[in-house]
This record gives sequence, structure tokens and C-alpha cells, in this order.
Amino acid sequence: MSQTTEQVQEYIQQRYKAGFYTDIDEDRVPAGLNEEIIAMISAKKNEPEWLLEWRLKAFQQWKKMVGPNWAHLKLPPIDFQKIHYYAAPKQENRPKSLDEVDPKLLETFDKLGVPLHERERLAGVAVDAVFDSVSVGTTFQKELKEAGVIFCSFSEAVQEYPDLVREYLGSVVPHTDNYFAALNSAVFTDGSFVYIPKDTRCPMELSTYFRINARDTGQFERTLIVAEPGSHVSYLEGCTAPMRDENQLHAAVVELVAKERAHIKYSTVQNWYPGDENGKGGIYNFVTKRGDCREDDSRITWTQVETGSAITWKYPSCILRGDRSSGEFYSVALTRNYQQADTGTKMIHLGKNTTSKIIAKGISAGHSNNSYRGLVRMAPRAESARNYTQCDSLLIGKQCGAHTFPYIESFNPTAKVEHEATTSRIGEDQLFYCRSRGLGEEDAVALIVDGFCKEVFKELPMEFAVEAKALLEISLEGAVG
Amino acid sequence: MLRINNLHVSIDGKEILKGLNLEIGAGELHAIMGPNGSGKSTLGYVMAGREGYDITEGSIEFEGKDLNDMEPEDRAAAGLFLAFQYPVEIPGVNNAYFLRSALNAQKKARGEEEVDSMTFLKTVRESLGQLKMDDTLLKRAVNEGFSGGEKKRNEIVQMAILQPKLAVLDETDSGLDIDALKLVAEGINRLRNPERSFMVITHYQRLLEHLTPDHVHVLSGGRIIESGGKELAERLEREGYSYLQAEAAEA
Repeated sequence: MSQTTEQVQEYIQQRYKAGFYTDIDEDRVPAGLNEEIIAMISAKKNEPEWLLEWRLKAFQQWKKMVGPNWAHLKLPPIDFQKIHYYAAPKQENRPKSLDEVDPKLLETFDKLGVPLHERERLAGVAVDAVFDSVSVGTTFQKELKEAGVIFCSFSEAVQEYPDLVREYLGSVVPHTDNYFAALNSAVFTDGSFVYIPKDTRCPMELSTYFRINARDTGQFERTLIVAEPGSHVSYLEGCTAPMRDENQLHAAVVELVAKERAHIKYSTVQNWYPGDENGKGGIYNFVTKRGDCREDDSRITWTQVETGSAITWKYPSCILRGDRSSGEFYSVALTRNYQQADTGTKMIHLGKNTTSKIIAKGISAGHSNNSYRGLVRMAPRAESARNYTQCDSLLIGKQCGAHTFPYIESFNPTAKVEHEATTSRIGEDQLFYCRSRGLGEEDAVALIVDGFCKEVFKELPMEFAVEAKALLEISLEGAVG
Repeated sequence: MLRINNLHVSIDGKEILKGLNLEIGAGELHAIMGPNGSGKSTLGYVMAGREGYDITEGSIEFEGKDLNDMEPEDRAAAGLFLAFQYPVEIPGVNNAYFLRSALNAQKKARGEEEVDSMTFLKTVRESLGQLKMDDTLLKRAVNEGFSGGEKKRNEIVQMAILQPKLAVLDETDSGLDIDALKLVAEGINRLRNPERSFMVITHYQRLLEHLTPDHVHVLSGGRIIESGGKELAERLEREGYSYLQAEAAEA
């Protein structure tokens, strides 16, 4: 490699630190999507009969559906028959403890800043680490069990807690919900399962780290969180993938169930590989996330920081079924180069006196396109329900776009919906002001953007707020000028 | 300290400064007065390096260095400070954090040790107190929701913390009531020392009553048309700018 290529490589690595590949033997199913493949995945996971049937039903449904075309996205066709739907590091038996996990995998997560070793664990944060199609380990399981909390991989939950899984799986996002949810239901591989018993405050932060490693695969994660009455949990997910010229598909489904007075706080720092500066490569991120405030006084908070992926299609939503239940959505979406994001939320007010709050911050740079799309629906029964929405867009440079698509449907005259939106270009006067005080141009941009995102960052758990801020700064490098 | 030599500056091809000459020695305070549209603010901006203010001829030398070759942040690190006529709001960015980042960026550029938050807070609280500003200001966003007077006083706080070698104050007195004007003047006087110089750009004489300038210059039509001592400012206050402009036109 010549000196300059090396320097360029180094520079790119700096921008996307998670872009490396782990050379590891993997067991994968042949490429393609059919009943046989689905049965193979189900067999590999030793699943009960009902689950295979559920998958096949979803697959039948998916075949009848067409992909979404309403988003403000340029969607290249995806060849679903070219994808390998299951890839997992080879291992004789499933490791019984983290000590038995392949050191190469531990090293990978180490490098990503998610140490799984006993002695180096993130203090106060339990981690489930998912590598391609399988979970390689979950920390602090014992400690959590003592508090009555279940936190394990989805596959493990199917084996250990089949009744709970069966009761709640698909109860928030049915297998027929939409094209990508149906696909996920047919081929999902791993993800996390969380169960918080009645009146329990989860003693630590829970988090799942999703890593795509293998080529020509997709990741189809499934996460389910159930919070019994009076319980509280804060959960965070992070995700990264190697840099490749080919696009890879990530289609996840996340379901949250909050019962009476329960509070689920779900935060995401999404840093999938975004593609290069010409828009080549990157992850297609098609995700269905939905929370059900099933009973009275329950509360669900979504916070997301989206900086990665070539395409993001994601609308974490709340169904406010219980009376006085409340939903919140805090989002920062940053796009640069040729990234496209169409993201937002849905707040479906069904119960009386339900409240929702939406704070969405979009930052566009380069040639990217960033759209907020949100639905606020006040059902006839939603007496005195209230929503407040604030969408702010910040443009950096002249080639990018910011769009806002708010949908408001009110069927109850006592319901109140407020919507505020602003779009601004990063101010030349702000930049000059910062620079005249001694801050370099990139530091000045980072500072201004950080201020713009403040309301969202303060919703993240502290460690992750710092991480999100740093991620934004790295993503913004070279975005100006 | 500062030597401005035959300075011509254009904005969008339109010439605003047309051969301005000015020298400021160490420890001196110079007042630049002039009617509206004479190029006063342009002078401030071009000193600080604002984009779009093109030097077409002449030079600005600051401690022997040509400012035209330097980015705004490098000028700041070299010891130049501009108090803005209209300080800019930066929503969501905490005032204390902003100021400390700026100070440390300057220190880093100069190869000095960065200041820790305890020491920083102590000095900044002191400055706030002297300008009769509330501590809560530190937690508020930069200039956001500040009154006009607060914004101007905040510029003086920044100046006190950043300790520049040369401070350019662009109409810092405009929009201030009498009490605030006094506080601002005191803030400036407190910082005066034999090494630090000031360029005070103002429309009125009232700030100068509290400052005792070493030299007063009248800027008109993009040039300095008259220089003198403190008495020149007083005469301008009495007679207005028109008599000077008339003289200049005759000459």
C-alpha cells in the first residue's frame, strides 16, 4: 500500500472507527429466502413448533406484500434471494459462560468499546452482545436474576421462558404489520428479551450491542421488553458494522409492553456504517419499533441518536391505550454525504388524558436528505388528550435537504395538538462568533450542533450522552466547507 | 502593536474602506468615531477576519504579523478580541462551557496549559460580579434571551476572561443605559495596562467621557479624516460630524 492510500485509509478509519472486520469461521445458511431456509433457521435455534408456524405464516403474508414507497427515500431494489439469513460464529456448544466465548469475539466487542470480560465490564450496565445472527453473551445475568429481572438473548428466552415469549411476541407489532416487520417475523434470529416483574426497578441499565460482521448477510433482530405494573427499566442499544462497498440489510422489530404505572425508557445510538463519501455501501436500516402503553398511567420514552446507515426508515411509536398513559419521542438524526433518513414517530392516543411529546432534531450535511415524518392521532375516546411536537432542522452546506411531514388526525374535540417546526441553516454569524473567540471551525460546528441537540441528549443516560456527542462530532468532521 | 497601512476593503465588490491608516501602540486606547455608514463596523469585522470582507489593497499588521494570512481563531489566539455590536445567540450552548472552550482553545494554540474548571469558574464569577451580572447567567445559553444590555456586558465578561492584547470594541455603548454604560466603562478601565491596547469604535462621545482615550480618530467615507486628542471627541459632540465632512470635501 502506498503512503497516501494508507493515509486515506487511516483518515476514513478515524471517521468510522467501527469499520473493521473480524476474521472468524462462521456457520451460515445458504443464500435465499423460502420455507426451507426458515425451517433451517428455526431448527438451528431448536425452536418449538408454534414458533416455526408463526414464522411461516409471516412469510406467507410477506410474499403478498409490497415494500413501502411512501417515504421520502430513493430506495434501490433489494434482492432478497441474495441474502444469507443466518450467520453465526462456529462453536461446538453454546458457551455456558462468558469465559468460554471465542476470544476473537471478546476482542471485537472490546475494540468497539463494549468490554464483556468480567473484570472490565461497564460499571452498572448489563450488556447483551449480538454478533451477526446470534447473541455471544450477556453480562450480569446472575445479579439481575436476583432482582427478579430477566435479561437474556431472544433465543435463550424461547428456550427458558417460552410461555412469556408466546404471550407477548407479536402482541405489539403483529407479523402482518408491514413489509419489513413481516420479513423480520419470518427470519428473525436474535435480539434481547427483557422482563421486569411487578414493582421492580431494574437495578442497572440494560443494553444490547448489535454487530454485523459477515458479508452478504442481513441482520434481523427481535427485541421484546415487558414491564409489569409499577416497574421501571432503562434500556439502550448500540450498533455498528464493517465498511463495505455492498449494502447490507438490517430489519429489526422491537416491541415494548408497559403495564400499569410502568415506565420503559428505550434509547438508541445508531451508528451502522453509513457508506462512503460517494454514497457507496452502507446499511439499509428498516426498523419497526413500537411501544404499547397497555394499561393506565404507563409511560414509554423513546430516545434515538441516528448517525449511521445509508438509509434509515424508522418510526418508534407509542400506542397510548391506558388512561393517563404518556409517550415521548426524542430524536437526533444526522445525515451527511449521500445518507437518507426518513424517521419520526407515531403517537396513537386511545385512552383518556393521554399525553405525548415529540422533540425531533434533524441535521443535514453534504448531499444528504433528512425527513421527519410523524403521526399524532387522537381517537374518539381520547378525551382531553394532549400532544406537543417540536421539529427543528439544521442545514449544513447548500446541497442537503430537510423535510417535515407531520400528520395530525384528531377525532376528539377535547384533544389538543400543538406542532412547532423550524428550519435553519447553521449561521455564518454563529460560526464567526465562535471562531473570533478562538474556536476552530470544526469545533465551532460541533458546539453549535451540540447546543441544537441539547434537549435530546439530556434524555440519554449519562455515559451514552457523552458517547452520542462524540459520535456526532466525528460524523461532522469535514462536513463544513 | 497594530499598524494599518493604506487599507482598502470591499464587500461584494463594493469598496467600504478606502485607504485607511492607523497605528496603535502598546497600552494605548484609541477611539474611532464617525457617522453611520462610514465603515466603522467594517473595520472591526475585517480585523477579526470575517468572511466576505476582502482586503483589496494595504495591510493590517498585528505585532508584526499580517492578519490577512490568519484565520479568525488564529487571530484570537494571537491576542485579538472583537466585542460585537450585535452579540450572537447560540441556543443550547451553556455560556460557561462556551467561554471555557474558547479560552482553552486559545491556550492550546499558544502552547499553554489549559485551565481547569474550578479556577475558571472562580475568575468568571469575579468578572460577573464586577459587571453586576447574575451567576445564573453561566448556566444559560450563550446570549439567548439576554437583554441588549446583558449581551453587551457579556462581551466585556468574555474580554476579561480571554485577556486579549488588543481589544476592538464595536459600539459596545449602543443600547446601554447610564448605569450599564458606567459598568462597561469600568470593565474596560480595569483591563487597561501598559501592554494592552484598545480600539473603541463608537458613534457617541458619552462612553469616552469615562475612558480617557489617548487618541481620537474620525472615520468618514472609508478613511480617517481627522485625528486628535480627547478634545476632538468633545468638539464632535458639540458640532456634529458635518463640519468635518465639509472640511474634508473642500480639501
